[in-house]
Amino acid sequence: MTDTTSAVTRPGPLREFWFYFRENRGAVIGLWIFAAFAFVALFGPWIAPHDPTAQFRDATLQPPFWQEGGDWTYPLGTDPLGRDMLSRLIVGARFSFFVGIVVVSIAATGGILVGLLAGFAPKWVDTVIMRIMDVILAFPSLLLALVLVAILGPSLTNAMIAIAIVLQPHYVRLTRASVMAERQKDYVTSAKVAGAGLPRLMFITVLPNCLAPIIVQAALSFSTAILDAAALGFLGMGAQPPTPEWGTMLAEAREFILRAWWVVTFPGLAILVTVLAINLMGDGLRDALDPKLKRS
Amino acid sequence: MLNYVLRRLLTFVPTFIGVTLISFGFIRVLPGDPIIVMAGERGLTAERYAELEAQFGFDRPIYVQFWEYLTGVLQGDLGNSFVTKKPVWDEFFALFPATLELSLCAMVFAVVIGLPAGVIAAVNRGKFYDRALMSTALIGYSMPIFWWALLLIIVFSGNLQWTPVSGRIDLIYYFPDPTGFMLIDSLASGQKGAFASAVRHLVLPTIVLGTIPLAVIARQTRSAMLEVLGEDYIRTARAKGLGSGRINGVHALRNALIPVITVIGLSVGTLLAGAILTETIFSWPGIGKWMVDSIFRRDYPVVQGGLLLIAVAVMIVNLTVDMLYGVINPKIRKR
Repeated sequence: MTDTTSAVTRPGPLREFWFYFRENRGAVIGLWIFAAFAFVALFGPWIAPHDPTAQFRDATLQPPFWQEGGDWTYPLGTDPLGRDMLSRLIVGARFSFFVGIVVVSIAATGGILVGLLAGFAPKWVDTVIMRIMDVILAFPSLLLALVLVAILGPSLTNAMIAIAIVLQPHYVRLTRASVMAERQKDYVTSAKVAGAGLPRLMFITVLPNCLAPIIVQAALSFSTAILDAAALGFLGMGAQPPTPEWGTMLAEAREFILRAWWVVTFPGLAILVTVLAINLMGDGLRDALDPKLKRS
Repeated sequence: MLNYVLRRLLTFVPTFIGVTLISFGFIRVLPGDPIIVMAGERGLTAERYAELEAQFGFDRPIYVQFWEYLTGVLQGDLGNSFVTKKPVWDEFFALFPATLELSLCAMVFAVVIGLPAGVIAAVNRGKFYDRALMSTALIGYSMPIFWWALLLIIVFSGNLQWTPVSGRIDLIYYFPDPTGFMLIDSLASGQKGAFASAVRHLVLPTIVLGTIPLAVIARQTRSAMLEVLGEDYIRTARAKGLGSGRINGVHALRNALIPVITVIGLSVGTLLAGAILTETIFSWPGIGKWMVDSIFRRDYPVVQGGLLLIAVAVMIVNLTVDMLYGVINPKIRKR
């Protein structure tokens, strides 16, 4: 119910969010780059000038257009097999985007559920859950992901599962900490007194109030997921050739680094720009969602 | 304080058991029959299979197997590598100094540049230096380090020919390595040029591995400094007429260091994860490369044992950081 008659109305939550988000110029730039990335990821195959796996054997290792020997047929040059770099980068965007979406969805859903459980369950269940999370966190994330992929077999899907498992404890800890803080508050007690059952308390009363830090974490783990998937691809444990995944492209190009700088530079630049944009956005999200930083 | 130490030590035990459970379970969840995998022999007969089953202890109940594994681990028995037939424990500790040397250098690099960068950014909040430093830090934080390594190789090894591409020292040098730290051993050997060669080999891996911790430390120092600079006692110091150098360098930084030290301690896991990539790219003969090679060679005892030892190393460092934190910040002991 909004009061439209009074002169000063409280802005809607989305509007308020945008007001604070907009103040961070870097975050807005990050958002634009991310939007472009998402667009390329969704429509990649229709934008790309060539088929990303087509091999133009008479044009192998052709440099980008501004260098001698390059031309506009292959604007960013070709790789050792004569595949168009630009097309591969464009189509590769969807793998990174997909990795981010899937990993964050799995890790966040699982982590939030387990975190809620830990926050509401009896003390001993909480202790057991948190010790299990400690165990997962004791392993360096990339190493655990590598070993998990070694067990499951190298592929992009398995890499995503492994990264999601590795990232999940962060969500569990975050959710549990927020739940612990919120549970003490009066509105939760009053909901309980009013007869709200446990599921209602968990998902409808408490969870919405814990979401702010989780959203920020989601943005940050989106970039971690992209980086880790690329690292696994680079080590030969992620997407397999000829998939134009950016990390896998770098691995394929490694032996040509001293002869053809472009086959190495562009895939890495694509990863860096994407991750940077998401991190910029994450900083903005944190500023906009963290009530402590708000000046109102 | 003793109470705090004991309580913290107690939480170490269940985590340690959990970590051993994971490494114990690892070989049993591999696709395929673990005995066939571990035997590495083709065309096993039924008798040979039963023999191997008894030899690996797979014929006994699972909890007995775990108990034996756990007692073995505590005595330093992690099995032998399939490939080299040497004990995993010995291989780990033979390679560990290389990783430790690289990680320490990377950490020193990160702290020596990251701390001043964070302080300068905080003191110049909102001005040019702050923006420039923090943008650079965010780029460093977002860096795919395997790509960063390749770029540095292109520029410094390929174009400028300043640094070698791989290894720890040029092959022309040979000397005993009592400490395992190439920098120390090459100095101790007294051979001309050995130390310089070791340093040249170390530079690029150090920069690559130190980049992300550097960015994290710079960002963390800046925000910790900003928080401290708003405190009343800083205003008091300023009112007393102390110079800004002394206020920033002594009064503020000392208190801002507490969260920074925690971040430095907690970066050890990140460092080891980064070491996997860095060592693989620079053919650095350390734990990270050893693990990746073993995964590709399907040398499962090494993967299993290495996983466990690395996790324990991270846990010990985290425990130490927690203890140090208790020493620096008495408030935390009461929790």
